[in-house]
Amino acid sequence: MTVRTEPVMAAALPKAWSAWQATGVVALLVIAVIVPFAVSSFHLLQLTMVVIYAIALLGLNILTGYNGQISLGHGAFYAVGAYTMAILIERAGMPYWSIVPVAGIVCFIVGFLFGLPALRLEGHYLALSTFALAVATPQLLKFHALEKWTGGVQGTFVPGFAAPLGLPLAWDQWLYLFSLGIAAALFFFAWNLLRGSTGIAITAIRDHPIAAKTMGINISLYKLLTFGVSAMYTGIAGALGALVAQFVSPDSFTIFLSLSLLVGAVIGGVASIFGAIFGALFIQFVPNFADQISKAVTWAVYGLFMITFMYLMPNGIAGFLKVIGERLRRRRNS
Amino acid sequence: MTIKLRHALLVTTLILFATPAITPACAQNAPGITDTEIKIGQTMPYTGPVTAFSTLGKGEIAYFKMINDRGGINGRKINLISLDDGYAPPKTVEQTRRLVEQEGVAFMFSSIGTATNTAVQRYLNSAKVPQLYIGSGASKFGNYKEFPYTIGGIQGTFRAEARIYARYILKEKPNAKIAILYQNDDYGRDYVAGVKDILGDKYASMVKEATYEFTDATIDSQIVSLQGAGADALIVAATPKFAAQAIRKVYDISWKPMFFLSNVAIWVSTVLEPAGIEKAVGIISSVYVKDPTDTGWDNDPGMKEWKAWITKYMPEVDPRDQNYVNSYNEGMVLVQALKQAGNNLSRENILKEALNIKDMQLPMMLPGIKVNTSPTDYYPIEEMQMMRWSGKQWVRFGDLLSGSL
Repeated sequence: MTVRTEPVMAAALPKAWSAWQATGVVALLVIAVIVPFAVSSFHLLQLTMVVIYAIALLGLNILTGYNGQISLGHGAFYAVGAYTMAILIERAGMPYWSIVPVAGIVCFIVGFLFGLPALRLEGHYLALSTFALAVATPQLLKFHALEKWTGGVQGTFVPGFAAPLGLPLAWDQWLYLFSLGIAAALFFFAWNLLRGSTGIAITAIRDHPIAAKTMGINISLYKLLTFGVSAMYTGIAGALGALVAQFVSPDSFTIFLSLSLLVGAVIGGVASIFGAIFGALFIQFVPNFADQISKAVTWAVYGLFMITFMYLMPNGIAGFLKVIGERLRRRRNS
Repeated sequence: MTIKLRHALLVTTLILFATPAITPACAQNAPGITDTEIKIGQTMPYTGPVTAFSTLGKGEIAYFKMINDRGGINGRKINLISLDDGYAPPKTVEQTRRLVEQEGVAFMFSSIGTATNTAVQRYLNSAKVPQLYIGSGASKFGNYKEFPYTIGGIQGTFRAEARIYARYILKEKPNAKIAILYQNDDYGRDYVAGVKDILGDKYASMVKEATYEFTDATIDSQIVSLQGAGADALIVAATPKFAAQAIRKVYDISWKPMFFLSNVAIWVSTVLEPAGIEKAVGIISSVYVKDPTDTGWDNDPGMKEWKAWITKYMPEVDPRDQNYVNSYNEGMVLVQALKQAGNNLSRENILKEALNIKDMQLPMMLPGIKVNTSPTDYYPIEEMQMMRWSGKQWVRFGDLLSGSL
């Protein structure tokens, strides 16, 4: 597709990397791989959750940041992924690693189907209907007819396993590396998807749907596919999250999870692939930090953090870093 | 960052080299135990939908403060680290692992919630970390064959309570048509299980069930349909907001069943007053602790002790909150178990003594109700007394009743 993109749009799209950036990413990966041997098992658990949240946030970012469809209900897809993992391990005896792609496919289908009615809704109306999905999730998970599989209100345990191939790793360490590998693959896939013509189509729909349509972009199809891919990412994150928590229950996936994901996406920086990592760090560590500052007003402290971040970094942490990077480069050049 | 990384690498290498040199530790004190301290952990819903329950944790901290002011246990002070889990199971997992792996607590004590405790039950049992006297009345926490490290709380179980009501109905109204309205979760279902324990085969013909979700707006239609089914006895297993609605609706439609109310919802300020105290006259419930608002206890030494504690250590709180009674009881039983364990504070021995409480009469428990645990009895409290709302206060009646089968 040879479209002359507007500068704004082009800036939002991931470009090919410079040598510096590539080195940075490789260094980051090397550090990430060394980490499980350097930190305590509890910190490793937290870092695994960061990796998992980053996958979920990337999914939400693709939908909300790049495609402009606001979702307040991604916790539901996270829940579907988690339950797929729990049910297929406990009831079907499938190996956990084979369930990760299954959870992705299941969530892609669920997301695609949910996208169908959502096509008719835009902006605030879409936000509200996805909000309804998030509110309904815990009750749907308690549904009597499904209790045989879901375990109803009691929830279902998810067992832990040994590291494969006789690797001398604890399950926690292996799970971290396993999640990290999946995250790396999914980040690469997202980067590839968004910088190509598909990415241009997705962002064009967000910025100017009428113009996109005149260009011959099938808006409905792209929106549906984006919804599906987004749900797939979040669902895979949910499946991995179930392995970490070793337990799923309806109370694990309340509206609060969906809201946290949106907070993470916005604070990290929407329409940014690496924003998902910063957002994940935020939703994993800031509530704990707020709790340590004051037990009585934990959420007030959390809110204060959120406002401060939004005020100082209106384009999210990723946007903020980008601005700093630009300034440094300009100073060097001048 | 790079310096830190280099340090981290250095440390890792050293650990790898040192590994064969580490000898397995022989059976000795649990982590978190020193000559001056017993470090223990718990999770509490300080944020989230049920923050009201977290007064249990605050009360326990205050109780241990009193114990520590008096010199602690064998010279060791109790350090209770109470963390927020927002009542969300994944958060409970994270915080519990933080306590066990990071803080290095000796054991978990009195964490609140059924789903939350379930979420960490397997983890704690496989790590052999005792999960003592947990803050839930669910009967599932006493299944010692599968989960030997998990002991129920110092409170009657919902299932035992339901059995007592069912026995009472069979005695007073043998041909009753029983309606059960329950919250659709572990809490509500325990009441159904308890009634089934007593009625057996007759359950299907005698009982009509209706449920509601914690997130529902009202339960009016359930009440109307239960009345329509011709029930003349009603058991309501509901949390305070729904209990108040049930009392009002039953009164408004002039239904006069033999009315049993779950003892988690008997509070004057949060249930009976909102419903209308005159509409609740005749309602039956049960109790196992002394009610601080009952003037009949004013000269009771146990009550005086409790009031002295709360005035000194928690002067700012509302003493009508029963969780301050529960926290006092929980703390007292734990202290007894730790005293019995003496200087052998391994996890195994702490668990053994926590299961070796014999005929302990607590100052804030009804006279005659004793705490008993054993390696085959993981339910510390199994007796209760019934009571009836007079319009002014709860009036206890009858003997102490056992809720065991």
